[in-house]
Formats: sequence, structure tokens, C-alpha cells
Amino acid sequence: MKIYAAQFEYLDEIREFVAGVARQGGFNDKEIYSLQLAADEAASNIIEHAYEGINDGLIRITCDMQGNEIVITMHDDGKSFNPSNVKQPNLKANLSERQIGGLGLYLMRKLMDKVQYESTPGEGNLLTMRKRRG
Amino acid sequence: MEITNQEFKHCHLLKVKGRVDSATAPQFSQALEKITNAGHYKIAIDMSGLDYMSSAGFRALLASQRVCKRYNRGELVLASVPDRIHEALELAGFTELFKTFDDPLKAVGNF
Repeated sequence: MKIYAAQFEYLDEIREFVAGVARQGGFNDKEIYSLQLAADEAASNIIEHAYEGINDGLIRITCDMQGNEIVITMHDDGKSFNPSNVKQPNLKANLSERQIGGLGLYLMRKLMDKVQYESTPGEGNLLTMRKRRG
Repeated sequence: MEITNQEFKHCHLLKVKGRVDSATAPQFSQALEKITNAGHYKIAIDMSGLDYMSSAGFRALLASQRVCKRYNRGELVLASVPDRIHEALELAGFTELFKTFDDPLKAVGNF
């Protein structure tokens, strides 16, 4: 498990951490990019929304291969998160109506096989994402 | 991330190198805003040196496109979009919002 300060400057390291496990786990370049992107979007959301940009939050990240599946977890102690409160972006909307929010979560769901959130009062939010090797 | 801006007769060519994520997207936005704040709304973005872009970068592109296309005064186009980034833009439903060109010269020629 790795612990990162919830600051955007650590996104590079977080992506590298995930890429390293994925590479070892036999994922191809395209899959590795997708995993890095999903992890980035997830961590960015934690920093921006769970901790609302406040500097001293922490993100606990695990990243392991379980058979031919990579499992990434991210835990934060920030604001309780309920994914059903996030509106799905309308990909058919025109330029002026295209909504900016919700894109990160949408991408995570498209890039990973499974995205689950658990929010427990007093215990923070736990995100688990999984992807099977192609 | 490195950004260079070249001014042509009919447009600006912004070359972005490196990675655009939540940490670096504000600089990217700033570079775009500098051009539009000066009253220039025809922008081509050379992505040949771009290794990575997250939704933070997509949002910056969207915001800028909205400014450029207002009153039909211009637009923002993309050039030499790397495959991985193009795939992500497609996934996000963004490819229909931006014209793309194989190389920066063609993009500049669009204007």
C-alpha cells in the first residue's frame, strides 16, 4: 500500500505506481494507458471533491494483480461520496450544453471492468476498480 | 509540460509537450486564455509531443472551444493527436467537438 498526500503533484507518481504493477502483470501498452488514466481520474476526484482541495488529506492506494486481474483501491477520509449523485455526461449534447462535470467518473467506468464505491460514516470512502488483462 | 506558441497569419499554433493532468491543466488553460484574451480565436493545437492527457485537459479544450466558436469568430482544432489520446477523447464523446488534422501544417492551412 502506498500513501500519498492528496495533491495533484502526486498524480505522476500514482500513475507510475499503477503502470508498474500493470506492466509486471502483463498488460499491454494500451491497457496500461487506460489504467493510468482511470487511476488519475479517480485520484483527481478524491483531491478535488473528497478533500475539496484542502491540502492535508491522504489517499491510501493499493494496486495488485489477483490472477489476471488488476485490483486498484483508493481510500480517503474526505467528504462522503455517493456516485449516484453524479449526473452521467450527455455525450450527444452540443458544444454549449456539454457538461463539464461527471467526466472523470464516466471515463473510469468505461476504462475499467468494475468500479465500486463504499462510503462508511467515520471510515471514509473506499474505491475499488478492477480490470482483467486482455 | 512545455507549451510553445507560434503566431501565423491566420491563426495561432500552440504546441503542447509532455503531460496534461489536473496538476498541469491550469497552465494549459492559461496559455489558451492568453491567446483568446488578446482577441485571437483561431487556434491549432499540435499534440505530437503530448504523452498523456486526462479529463482536466479535455475540460480546458472544451472551455476554449466555447470561447473560440462564440459569434462564429473562430475555432480550436487539433493536430497530430496521439492514438491513446484520441481514443480517450472518443470515449469522452469529445471527438465530434473538434476538427482533427494529421499534422500541424494542415491544421494551420484550415484557417
